[in-house]
Amino acid sequence: MTAIMTGHESTATFSRRNLLQAGGALIVSIGAPLTFEGAYADDNPMVAATKPPLTPEQLSSYLAVNADGTISIFFGKMDMGQGLAIAIRQMVAEELDVPFKATRIFIGDTATSVNQGGASGSTGVQEGGHQMRMAAAEARRVLVEMAADRLGVAADQATVTDGVVHVASDATRKVGYAELIGGRFFNVHLNWNGKYGNPLYAPGKAQPKDPKDHKIVGQPIPREDIAPKVFAEADFVADVKVPGMVHGRMIRPPVAGAVPVNVDDSSIKHIPTAKVVWDKGFLGVVADKEWHAIKAMRELKVEWSQASPPFPDQAALYDHIRQAPVRKREENKPVGNVDDAFKSAARVIAAEYEWPFQSHARMGPGCALVEIKDGKVTCWTGTQKAHFVQTGLAATLGVPQDSVRVIWTSGPGSYGRSDADDAAMDAAVLAKAVGKPVRVQYMRDQGTAWDPKAPASIHRARAAIDASGNVIAYDYLSKGFSRIDVDTNGSQPKDTLAGQALGVDLKSGDGFGLPGDSYGFANKRTAWETIAPLLDRASPLRTSHMRDPVGPQIHFASESFMDEVAAALNLDPVDFRLRYVRDPRDIAVIKAAAEKANWQSRPSPRKDQAGDKVSGRGIAYAQRGPTRVAVIAEVDVDRSTGAIWARKFTVAHDCGQIINPDGLHHSVENNVVQATSRTLWEEVKFDRNNVTSVDWLTYPILDVTGAPEEIDVVLIDHPEIAPAGAGEASTRPVAAAIANAVFDATGVRIRRAPFSPDHVKGALS
Amino acid sequence: MTQKFSLNVNGRTATVEADGDMPLLYALRDDLGLNNPHFGCGLAQCGACTVHLDGKPVRSCVTPLAEVGGRQVVTLAGLGTPDKPHPLQAAYVQEEVPQCAYCINGWIMTAAAFLRDRKKPTDAEIRTALSGLKCRCGTHMAILRAVKRAAAMMG
Repeated sequence: MTAIMTGHESTATFSRRNLLQAGGALIVSIGAPLTFEGAYADDNPMVAATKPPLTPEQLSSYLAVNADGTISIFFGKMDMGQGLAIAIRQMVAEELDVPFKATRIFIGDTATSVNQGGASGSTGVQEGGHQMRMAAAEARRVLVEMAADRLGVAADQATVTDGVVHVASDATRKVGYAELIGGRFFNVHLNWNGKYGNPLYAPGKAQPKDPKDHKIVGQPIPREDIAPKVFAEADFVADVKVPGMVHGRMIRPPVAGAVPVNVDDSSIKHIPTAKVVWDKGFLGVVADKEWHAIKAMRELKVEWSQASPPFPDQAALYDHIRQAPVRKREENKPVGNVDDAFKSAARVIAAEYEWPFQSHARMGPGCALVEIKDGKVTCWTGTQKAHFVQTGLAATLGVPQDSVRVIWTSGPGSYGRSDADDAAMDAAVLAKAVGKPVRVQYMRDQGTAWDPKAPASIHRARAAIDASGNVIAYDYLSKGFSRIDVDTNGSQPKDTLAGQALGVDLKSGDGFGLPGDSYGFANKRTAWETIAPLLDRASPLRTSHMRDPVGPQIHFASESFMDEVAAALNLDPVDFRLRYVRDPRDIAVIKAAAEKANWQSRPSPRKDQAGDKVSGRGIAYAQRGPTRVAVIAEVDVDRSTGAIWARKFTVAHDCGQIINPDGLHHSVENNVVQATSRTLWEEVKFDRNNVTSVDWLTYPILDVTGAPEEIDVVLIDHPEIAPAGAGEASTRPVAAAIANAVFDATGVRIRRAPFSPDHVKGALS
Repeated sequence: MTQKFSLNVNGRTATVEADGDMPLLYALRDDLGLNNPHFGCGLAQCGACTVHLDGKPVRSCVTPLAEVGGRQVVTLAGLGTPDKPHPLQAAYVQEEVPQCAYCINGWIMTAAAFLRDRKKPTDAEIRTALSGLKCRCGTHMAILRAVKRAAAMMG
């Protein structure tokens, strides 16, 4: 036994008593009142009556056995509606040998969980689940050891059935988890790697189960958060209310970059309780009633500074990207000598692709509630990264981090670094200014025009072909705005609208990405280059992470280009890929998709169609981390209107071990539909002064009338391979699969997204 | 100007003191504590705020309180309960439709009125009836499955 008796919980952390008094439903249930009748347990160094500090090296930071034997799980990532909560419960229940129903999970509350990175990079299962699995395995090991001691047998003579440890050869000699530790806390030290966020890893001594023995992992257990929402019993972040709360609204400038120079308070004097909060570029209003806050926002007279128009004409966007100075460049590990290979080429194929800015455009614009009371700050937010928002709020308010509690509450969709983090900071600044809890709700135009954007980019690809028609070299470059112009979380004021409006020093980060594939060309160079943002602060075109960050644009180009090369060589697109792709699992997903879709080998385009209504099929594939996906699209194109209907998708998906096939299936399906929307419809519009996509008319998304007829999903399960991310991977091949199908149907290559009817009609004529 | 309005919501009468131009949405959410209709756009473009007014789906975000009068308001909470679910609610749970679920008022309330009036609809009729509603998470396929499942339950 290596466990060490630790001291009492730090006064800086929220005590259990505080949590129980926190009111409402947000209560951590550690079980019934602490029971001390088990004097044995009090002497056990693996058990504590008082909760050890909430730190990554404590087993109690992840798990607790309640007095009734049920398990509470404390998770530092978020479930954005993809069933992660169920998957984690399955993984924990599996390792602990308790029934799935005996588990409960508490998510994304900084008072009860450590920073496991929040929702980030599809690592919910891959990193977060891995840690919870290791913690649960260690908990089982410790409990078995305690039980064996009590039963007078060696630990390897004991086994566990449904949370009861018993002698393997005599099931009547037994003791339950509840009796061993129920209502008290683990006091077991884990081997933490010293990292926070996604890479946080703190295993114990136990090894997790052999996947062959899994009974709960792999089952299609349904989500439990759906019924409460369908019956209107669950609160979203926009629904949380606290006593004394007032309503806040923000006011954004008509010309991006302008700041208020004069604010006429008297213009809203007639609106009951309305009040202005103005500090440098930060301008908001509060009122007791929500409708009055909205009226005050609309009626407040503001004189703005004369800002020079910050943006180019939208028609010149891609030229701007081509010509802008490169701020940072990165390349893959070079393969062969690309430049020499191109010199020896018999033929060179080249193409360039363009992808627009896109908006998260969540169903509800950003919303957050901040209460500052008795030196404590509490924030309810739909952020993907509650622990980082905790740091950001502390910095914004100038208070110690341990006085801030952030409670993640379900938001209106979440696909990355959205306006949720901005709303939290705005609410905090308003709450501090007016001395009351403030709920900020952005309006639709603010949610669409002023959220962080997915970066616009151009992509250049070329291939060198030898005299025999072999690809001897591949050269690929993405150039665009950074994926981290503002960072992917709100931990620093510089990365939030409030911080930028209040004048903190800026530092725009640089990042983009490379294609994920295993094409084994003898000479291969892939690279990216980033350029500066169009406006350095408080910009509605600041760029950050949006679902599968930069994946859709990179693979739209790279996988369209592979199709262009296949067509130029008169090869079937699947055969072409199978000729060059090297990774066996990549080959397997391509073959699985082709087989399921009944793919017939022939080059594109089809040559057997006449008239306006034509159809075609296209394939694209990609890796995303350890996950790989192949997508086949079948589309109908109306040449007379330019309208595309992505009628059917066949998706083959391999993310290693499948934890929950039901959740995975839904996640893949939703990824494909959202990616279809981004491919066919989504483009942030702007003029010289500001973003002009302000609602659903000016930022259209895929309508249900345009939804596919069918999405056929083939899930490839590899129980022996560690489970990898599935929250985003199936997004990335969709645009190219559709573009390749449009080429197959029409013989015309679409190289600019979105493929809206106007664009397509133009390209076809 | 603040006035008193008497509303009939989910079979109960409630009084709200508010400006007559205030949309019904804020009365339901802020004054009556019925959180289920959501603010999505305030422009009648997405449907997240949909309620029934005398059985017809309306966007409560653009319905002024002064125009509601004595008409019967029904929200998602008034459509059914876990014990007595509306077929669409049952189908939504069975098909595990939502990702984030913020949009569901629009789809369920609109589809409930549609399926009441149109038995055994075709796929094309369902899509047309629900056109214009937004789901940002891309759950379109599951929505269509659930509506078809509910249509079958409703005969």
